[in-house]
Amino acid sequence: MSAIPSYAGPLERFWYYAFRFLCGVIFLFLISPIIVMIPLSFNAEPYFTFTPEMLALKSEAFSLRWYQDILDNDQWLHSMKNSFIVGIAATFLATSLGTIAALGLSRSEMPYRTLIMGVLLSPMIVPLIITAAGLFFFYSSINLAQTYTGLILAHTALGTPFVVITVTATLSGFDRNLIRAASSLGSSPQRTFFKVILPLISPGVISGGLFAFVTSFDEVVVALFLAGFEQRTVPRQMWAGIREQISPTILAVATILVLISVMLLAAMEILRRRSERLRGLSPS
Amino acid sequence: MAAVTENDGVMRAADGTPLKQALARATRMNKIRAFLLTTPLLAFILVTFILPIGLMLFRSVSAPEVVEAFPKTIAILKEWDGEDLPGEETYAMLATEMSDRDNRFNLGKAGTRLNYIESGFRSLMNLTVRRIKRAEEPPYKDAFIKIDERWGQVDTWKTIQLAGDPYTIRAYLNALDLTQAPSGEIVAQPEIKQIYVTLFLRTIWVSLGVTAACILLAYPISYLLATLPAGTANLLMIFVLLPFWTSLLVRTTSWIVLLQTNGVINDILVWIGIVGDEDRIQMIYNMTGTFIAMTHILLPFMVLPLYSVMKTIPKDHMRAARSLGANPAIAFARIYMPQTVPGVGAGSILVFILAIGYYITPALVGGQDGQLISNIIEYHMKKSLNWSLAAALGGILLAGVLALYWLYNRIVGINNMKLG
Repeated sequence: MSAIPSYAGPLERFWYYAFRFLCGVIFLFLISPIIVMIPLSFNAEPYFTFTPEMLALKSEAFSLRWYQDILDNDQWLHSMKNSFIVGIAATFLATSLGTIAALGLSRSEMPYRTLIMGVLLSPMIVPLIITAAGLFFFYSSINLAQTYTGLILAHTALGTPFVVITVTATLSGFDRNLIRAASSLGSSPQRTFFKVILPLISPGVISGGLFAFVTSFDEVVVALFLAGFEQRTVPRQMWAGIREQISPTILAVATILVLISVMLLAAMEILRRRSERLRGLSPS
Repeated sequence: MAAVTENDGVMRAADGTPLKQALARATRMNKIRAFLLTTPLLAFILVTFILPIGLMLFRSVSAPEVVEAFPKTIAILKEWDGEDLPGEETYAMLATEMSDRDNRFNLGKAGTRLNYIESGFRSLMNLTVRRIKRAEEPPYKDAFIKIDERWGQVDTWKTIQLAGDPYTIRAYLNALDLTQAPSGEIVAQPEIKQIYVTLFLRTIWVSLGVTAACILLAYPISYLLATLPAGTANLLMIFVLLPFWTSLLVRTTSWIVLLQTNGVINDILVWIGIVGDEDRIQMIYNMTGTFIAMTHILLPFMVLPLYSVMKTIPKDHMRAARSLGANPAIAFARIYMPQTVPGVGAGSILVFILAIGYYITPALVGGQDGQLISNIIEYHMKKSLNWSLAAALGGILLAGVLALYWLYNRIVGINNMKLG
């Protein structure tokens, strides 16, 4: 497929180009929703559509007013802050709990592995509306609804499966003899973990943590049920924005979020390469 | 230390225990150690996640309100044969329990519960509670019937008797468009109330449709990515990974921008001249919007497993097939496609599981007829406050998802689940 063979007949040539065209259309379908709102977020008019002036690339048709709007709006700033507080706390909890659990799960002696794995991955599988409803009742009854603690605990539970999956995957390529070597040289289990295991599995741990952070940063259903006005996160605030009065400020926020995801994607790619290099899968 | 002197042919460890036993102990210790590592997270998930969901599902079968409000009346009704109207003592007991000032809070909840069984019951309860206090002396039976003639009907009492059971499958019956007649017989709901089965079926159809659309779109690009040189493939992979990492709300917002009547796509269609300026296509706030946005959001979940399977298929297979005389189409259909089935299966179950529980996208771009089962669960949770029905609908949805999860585990193995 990589190149058209020289012996290809006209029909094959046609197929080759038709197939590439089809793929191009699908890639366009994937990427255009993410690209199209970026220029619109610089619209000088409060519309969701391209004005004729914008299409003519006149400079007065573009402005930064919607970005200014975010900075002037206490609610957006507050929800930005909340998203980071909840996201970072949940990521920290999920990463530590998930990494320790993955260490146990990847041991060959682990009893009932499939069952326990099923329970640990359940937050990823159960539909969010059911999770949100269950947590809403339970956290209301123990006074954790509409608190930061409640939201952090909920987001932690939702983030742990991603940590468990990525760290378990990294550990599957981990050479267990290194642990034995460390023990035989007199290292305590704690020391072995921090000095030998953790540095080697760190790409997996960090990418699991990034997944957990994104899960929390992007989560809206549970936030709808559990967060009070005080705990509003960015997605919760966007939700309100889309439902109530839809203004281009939303597009400015969306553009910022796209930038954040580009950075996360770059971070993941770097981690993936580092992990492959550590495992000797690709030349450094 | 005692020397190992016994000479019975058993291998022994340094401390004298038979080697087999020592090994068994060491294995057990290792098992416990491995398990102990998972306990913090296991305990956390059980307490903060599984328990709350279990308690919520318990609401779907639990109905303690009526027996809490009228414990003694229910006790008397247990003896009642259900043939003729209950005796004066039943009416008297109900009047006492209705007039009890400490019982006020329970009365309201009991009224709501009875109303789920028979609409109109809440107002009947409120009316009766207000009036019965004035009828201080017996006979209460006549007083009740005077307040509302429904108190003179056997079915009213049968309803109370039925609601006196603290556990009920009524919510599940309702979630399946069935109901229990006062006689105890299970019958279909009146046609105008039959909405949930339709909604479940619609959710399943939409999820199947989205899954099919994802297969159709993911197959060609996964094939392209798997067969291109690594450098180009990595570059093109950005088109898949960037949407994957981009916020769900951002993508949904963007589809609103693209699809709305004055949106980009309609503008382009008008500009090309395919549609007139007056008859722009309504592509959002209906099923079309839900379908397109969901397909876009779930497509990466199909591409990633498919790509990882296709990457492992050796290129020689196709070449061998060609050299043996197969034309490209036959070689592809007979040699290549069967090898991609595991990827299609894994991706399909994943996409279907995610689609069937979708809430955000249908709520934002679905309008009236683009709503799915999750949206009605939210409605009963937050607006109609019929929590037992919400729990029952959730229970059915959860059972379906768990069955699919089990299937996924059988086919792919959750231990092999990979991300990105």
